[in-house]
Amino acid sequence: MMLSMEGVHAHYGHIHALRGIDVSVQVGEIVTLIGANGAGKSTLMMSLFGSPKASAGRIVFDGEDITRLTTHEIARRGIALVPEGRRIFPRMTVLENLQMGAAHADPANYDADIARVYAMFPILQERAAQRAGTLSGGEQQMLAIGRALMSRPKLLLLDEPSLGLAPIYIRKIFQIVRELNRDHGMTILLVEQNANQALRVAHRGYVLQHGAITLAGSGAELLASPDVRAAYLEGGGHG
Amino acid sequence: MSAVVFAHHGLTPAERLRDAGWIAFVALILGVPLIGLTTVDVGGRLAVDTRFGLLAMAVIAAFGGRLLMRWSLDHLGARKLARQRAATDSGAGRAQQVVNVLGWLALGASVALPLAFSDNRYVVDTATTVLIYVMLGWGLNVVVGLAGLLDLGYVAFYAVGAYSYALLSTQYGWGFWEALPVSGALAAAFGILLGYPILRLRGDYLAIVTLGFGEIIRVILVNWTEFSGGPNGISSIPRPSFFGLEFTRNAPEDGHSFASFFGLEFSAMHRLIFLYYLILVLALLTHVFVSRLRKLPVGRAWEALREDEIACKAMGMNTTNIKLSAFAIGAMLGGFAGVFFAARQGFISPESFTFSESAIILAIVVLGGMGSQMGVVLAATLLVLIPEFGRNFAEYRMLLFGMAMVLIMVWRPGGLLAHREPTLRLSADGKAAKGGA
Repeated sequence: MMLSMEGVHAHYGHIHALRGIDVSVQVGEIVTLIGANGAGKSTLMMSLFGSPKASAGRIVFDGEDITRLTTHEIARRGIALVPEGRRIFPRMTVLENLQMGAAHADPANYDADIARVYAMFPILQERAAQRAGTLSGGEQQMLAIGRALMSRPKLLLLDEPSLGLAPIYIRKIFQIVRELNRDHGMTILLVEQNANQALRVAHRGYVLQHGAITLAGSGAELLASPDVRAAYLEGGGHG
Repeated sequence: MSAVVFAHHGLTPAERLRDAGWIAFVALILGVPLIGLTTVDVGGRLAVDTRFGLLAMAVIAAFGGRLLMRWSLDHLGARKLARQRAATDSGAGRAQQVVNVLGWLALGASVALPLAFSDNRYVVDTATTVLIYVMLGWGLNVVVGLAGLLDLGYVAFYAVGAYSYALLSTQYGWGFWEALPVSGALAAAFGILLGYPILRLRGDYLAIVTLGFGEIIRVILVNWTEFSGGPNGISSIPRPSFFGLEFTRNAPEDGHSFASFFGLEFSAMHRLIFLYYLILVLALLTHVFVSRLRKLPVGRAWEALREDEIACKAMGMNTTNIKLSAFAIGAMLGGFAGVFFAARQGFISPESFTFSESAIILAIVVLGGMGSQMGVVLAATLLVLIPEFGRNFAEYRMLLFGMAMVLIMVWRPGGLLAHREPTLRLSADGKAAKGGA
């Protein structure tokens, strides 16, 4: 078991954002979390990262209870986050961004890791000296993923990676997710509003509604489920 | 004539031959009536004669000429394109080169200045003031420019440094060089003290709290009379000596003064020039120190923090330590400047540490271009000199000052030198070379 959340509750001030979440991710899996705006997807991701901290329940990563750790301590345990909205460092160069990703990685791996990221995203090598803020949205998303990979994470969290991207880049991002998992054995937890694509790449999925898991199953099962189809795939408004 | 190739990419040899072939064909068609056939006068009658040899030569000439023309045009075009590309690639690099040259010029000028104006007290004094602000600007640049933490109370650390030296020297007889590191450490401690409660604040809220902190320090200095002398301040603060040689008219009984040691006639300018070089050295050390830090992981972490705090945390960075280190180092540099200020003035009072000082230092950082070291020098020079030149305008002086600030920000919204120098450069083969200029 790579990650398990057991009965996790979280609050934002007075708002009870997560109400008893049970989610698990096995080594080598792609697990996706779908749900409408405000269902608590990002909150779940962030409380996994200790911000906000879970007010009840337990989060175990790689055999260690990380519920009470601070964000940077959790990150150093081998979880990398590609945050919603990419959050690259716009005034720093592409190369500097990648370097920041390796800030707490073993320097001995640096050359190999940067070569691997460049091989995966050749555009980043071309733009290495360019300010990251001048990249297009899709390129920034690739930079954010590359930056996360620089820390050699055991678990990669992707928060809405397709948000606001052109269709060609959305396809590319999902292709990258699949390749990372298949070719590099990366364990991935993917939060998406694009339920259709997300369920297609994922081994398993969870549906989140009002801060609680309402449905769980394999990607194919969820894709076929009439409830999911009605709510998220067929003109549900948030699909 | 679509077969004549107008391509923007480089032509292949086959394309070149086809292109020239078509031109030769056109030359042939046109050439048959123009060159190939001619009329000759044969016994009073006109007869048609053929000159196919000449025509063949013309066609071959057209073919070869076309080949040559296209080739040279393409060659020139490619060179022009390469030049343009090189220009955009190195545009930022060239700007940096200009800044570097400016920097060395400024350094040369500042070293030579007291020699050129060795009897002009006003110039040396003003230049010293400029350098104090440069040093303060470089200190605040760490907090605001690099770490992106808006600090409106920076003058508090300047005051801590100045009062530390004033008290240590007048009460305990400490010398300038002993008091300097201790005062810097005290200011750094105050930086951390300020940093702790405001770790969770950003932007406007951070600005308000730091503003309050600056005022608290000043109000304490005004009211705690037994400690700080209250509004009367502290006077007769000892001046720094030149390796133990005092700048006095008469040598002490058991030794030398600066003038007597070097066999010079006493002049009040000696001390001023010494103070000038002292702050120049302090400022240069500050510059080297900050530039080095910027290229170390801690410096890059400051910049990443300025860019995006959440992303920093997700990278496993401890933002608490990053912020506190920025506050501590910025405060320490401000403290050093304060020590020098107290030693130069010989008298300090809370009057010197009002909010407007904080505002001017912040203006220097912002006008200079956040994070730019050379920008701070330019802005500090301007902000000190504009009011000086404005003395002729009497009461309109500050109006002029404000107008200049507004104009600068309208003209260059990112500050005078907004370009950010990357902490690593790419060498020609695309591999990262650490260091850079």
